[in-house]
Amino acid sequence: MHPPQSNRSVTGMASSIEDSAPPGRGSFSRSARSGQPAAVTHLLGGTMRSVRVLGAIGIVLALAPLVLHSDFQLTFVTLALYSTLLGAAWNILGGFGGQYSFGHAVFFGLGAYVAAMLQVHAGVPAWIGLVAGVAAGAAAGAALGAISFRYGLRGSYFALVTLAMAEVFRIVANSVPFTGAGVGMMIELRTGLADLQFESRRGYYYLALVLALVALAVGSWVRHSRFGAALAAVRDNEDAARALGIDATRVKVAATALSGTLMAAGGVFYLQYFHYIDPSLVFGPSVSVEALLGPIVGGLGTVLGPLIGAFALALVSQIATHLLGEAPALSMALYGLILIVMVTFLPRGIGGLGKLVRLRARRGRDA
Amino acid sequence: MNSNATTAPGPSTGMSGAPEETLLAVQDLCSGYGPVEVLREASLSVRRGEIIALLGSNGAGKSTFINTVCGLVQPRRGAIAWMGRDITGSASPEIVAAGLIQVPEGRRVFPNLSVLDNLILGSYRRGRGARTANLERVLETFPRLRERSRQSAGTLSGGEQQMLAIGRALMGEPVLLILDEPSLGLAPVIVEEMFGLIARLNQSGLSILLVEQNVAQSLELAHRAYVMENGAVVFSGNRTELLASDRLRRAYLGA
Repeated sequence: MHPPQSNRSVTGMASSIEDSAPPGRGSFSRSARSGQPAAVTHLLGGTMRSVRVLGAIGIVLALAPLVLHSDFQLTFVTLALYSTLLGAAWNILGGFGGQYSFGHAVFFGLGAYVAAMLQVHAGVPAWIGLVAGVAAGAAAGAALGAISFRYGLRGSYFALVTLAMAEVFRIVANSVPFTGAGVGMMIELRTGLADLQFESRRGYYYLALVLALVALAVGSWVRHSRFGAALAAVRDNEDAARALGIDATRVKVAATALSGTLMAAGGVFYLQYFHYIDPSLVFGPSVSVEALLGPIVGGLGTVLGPLIGAFALALVSQIATHLLGEAPALSMALYGLILIVMVTFLPRGIGGLGKLVRLRARRGRDA
Repeated sequence: MNSNATTAPGPSTGMSGAPEETLLAVQDLCSGYGPVEVLREASLSVRRGEIIALLGSNGAGKSTFINTVCGLVQPRRGAIAWMGRDITGSASPEIVAAGLIQVPEGRRVFPNLSVLDNLILGSYRRGRGARTANLERVLETFPRLRERSRQSAGTLSGGEQQMLAIGRALMGEPVLLILDEPSLGLAPVIVEEMFGLIARLNQSGLSILLVEQNVAQSLELAHRAYVMENGAVVFSGNRTELLASDRLRRAYLGA
């Protein structure tokens, strides 16, 4: 009578924020009656719309430094953009692909360490470090994806493997000499575009903006591409996807590699921004949590979800620090609370809020 | 429930007198999962234009059989030939591209994707050009899906989801369509409609392998049938032969 595999509430929030016209009222009232918000994903079309929306956001943010005068404001937006980058990276695999990683720090840390080691031990400019770090993230993503998905790991098992993997790397980085072990690594202060270090805050602002926009654009591409369609199909029902001739393992491995690539870029940015890394800073669980929290809060598997989530969280944590002071572990406790509230009350994130309200209103009228 | 005279036009016999080409030939197929051997030397063949029923109770190995044929489960022994070509051990993308496409059991649609996107994914292994033409053809066959094309597939009724699953498979331009228990969990009137559809698809030239527990209705439709038990084919023949078989009667028709 009822489809056994209908909406899984947590994973099934694959509607894009900029989703075009909702289906006609007649068809919608039906789903309202059945009590399920219809999260329709239209894979076809909408590409230009996404490009336009991202372009507009890019222009606004590129002009923002004209208005943001204080270093404080500029730093706030810079870090929110950096957080957007991490969220957008995680969202490729976790949101569009439905594979929840709890250990994205592994890619982040690898990117940061590869870039740091090249600069410190080989003395190469930072941009080469960025390229190499990103390549390391891609390779690690492909490897981790291949190992996990080849052997059919799904759901919590996949999450646990990623979590363990990040821990393994943290411990290794803590133990071997060429990573500086527990002392960590510090890169030389050498400003300039090729060195990805800047005298003014604006330089970092634009670096973060470019990286975040690239990550969001990749998300938009995934959302509207044939690859993304296959990924969404695998997320929704892997067996059915395979029956259509979609190579599920390959699609998931590719998504992990893509996600790892962008996450590694986040690690390199962190290195260039703070000039210092150590094993817990870059391989620690708080990095993994930061990456997954943004998209979940903003709207999982949507193009703009990571951006909305990152800015909302940055705002919340700023207010909390303001009110409560710099209590230790405050942000993590707060994030935990937000996560519980979001998953319970707003499983489709802030981005899904508009749709939910519209649906409620319509249901109210129908009743 | 047995009176299908109005909706199901019955098996097509209009295949002309030309020698019938064998599409699918499965010889002594064995496969299973881990230490469990499910299929024990099962053999079956489908000729072009036929509707073949694969019957058997729960756990007889029917789904494992078709999943092995479609490359979703690795065969252990035996041979699978498709249009004269050996495809034993080929991966499912390749098999789907060759025109051997199954509709999985239990109406497995992509619940969060729109009806349209579900259909489009069906032509994943086909070119972009073919997609538009296929889509028009499928929406022509299922006007209901056109009405609901922007709706998410998870909001469709059971019968509509089954239509969508079949439509999605048709998007891949099958030569042989394998249907795994299409009547499962559907209301009798919808089941009638389903069997009528299968007959029409067959008349339009599609060969069909129908996996069913609904023996009576399947036999009215099928040209030939195979009966599976414990992973092996224990009986095969045409409708009259099967209906005459005491064994089948005892096992499935309760007479």
